[in-house]
Amino acid sequence: MTVLSGLALALGCFFMLSGAVGLLRFPDFYTRMHAAGMTDTLATFLVVGGLMLLAGWSLALFKLGLILLFIFFTSPTASHSLARAAQHSELRLADAQRPGSRESRETETRSMAAAETEVETDTVNVDRA
Amino acid sequence: MRYTLSLFAVLAFIWLANSGHYTPLLLGFGLLSIGLVILLARRMQLVDRESQPLHLSLALPGYYWWLFRKIVRSNLEVAAAVWRGRTSIQAASGRIKTGLQTDLGKVLYANSITLTPGTVAVEVENNEIVVHALDTRGLEDLRRGEMERRVRALEE
Repeated sequence: MTVLSGLALALGCFFMLSGAVGLLRFPDFYTRMHAAGMTDTLATFLVVGGLMLLAGWSLALFKLGLILLFIFFTSPTASHSLARAAQHSELRLADAQRPGSRESRETETRSMAAAETEVETDTVNVDRA
Repeated sequence: MRYTLSLFAVLAFIWLANSGHYTPLLLGFGLLSIGLVILLARRMQLVDRESQPLHLSLALPGYYWWLFRKIVRSNLEVAAAVWRGRTSIQAASGRIKTGLQTDLGKVLYANSITLTPGTVAVEVENNEIVVHALDTRGLEDLRRGEMERRVRALEE
């Protein structure tokens, strides 16, 4: 059991290290995200799994299992929101753009809002005068 | 009602697994806090088919097992790409069409894509998912649609 858990921990460390190296080596934001994705799937699974083998039948086993479960549920959400946040920056993917999509509508509403504030300031000035 | 019961079971398991103290006082506190959480969740109308997908519980383990093997495979691919250096990758992005109808199905599909290293679901629009992949093969693999078929078998 100890050997098996040691093996799992070592492999997990290897994938963590690969993720870190990939984070430094890959050229841009999105490819780096893929490298980071490795650390929170198989690497985490191996490390936590190795610890579970060490824990044996105890309460710690369930706690480690819960940690694993929560990581597997939350990490895609985090990755997705990271990628989505990048769509609002200059890193926007060409495929995400589309004529008449949200972006053009956004600028439209923005100009409308600007016009509205202009009117508002005018009325304020009139009141003052 | 069965969604409330299932939420109770899940919360009770989490509480029992994390506490480790089984005196009547603390168990009472646990029961109280579970009741409070259920009350809040019901008021926020979160207790439904989507948050407690009971209808999936029989089919989910099989899907998870398939997904897990896929995650291991793509982890090995990404690790190999890391050590071979940046010349071995061909990053690409594209729109993947999906015929999945329900929100739950789309969420399952998009999260499965993100959970597999090498592909990330960036945006979900009506019936298309914008995906970024470390390698063009990742996109081709998704276009072949095995994952989508499995999600559909689960949900629809």
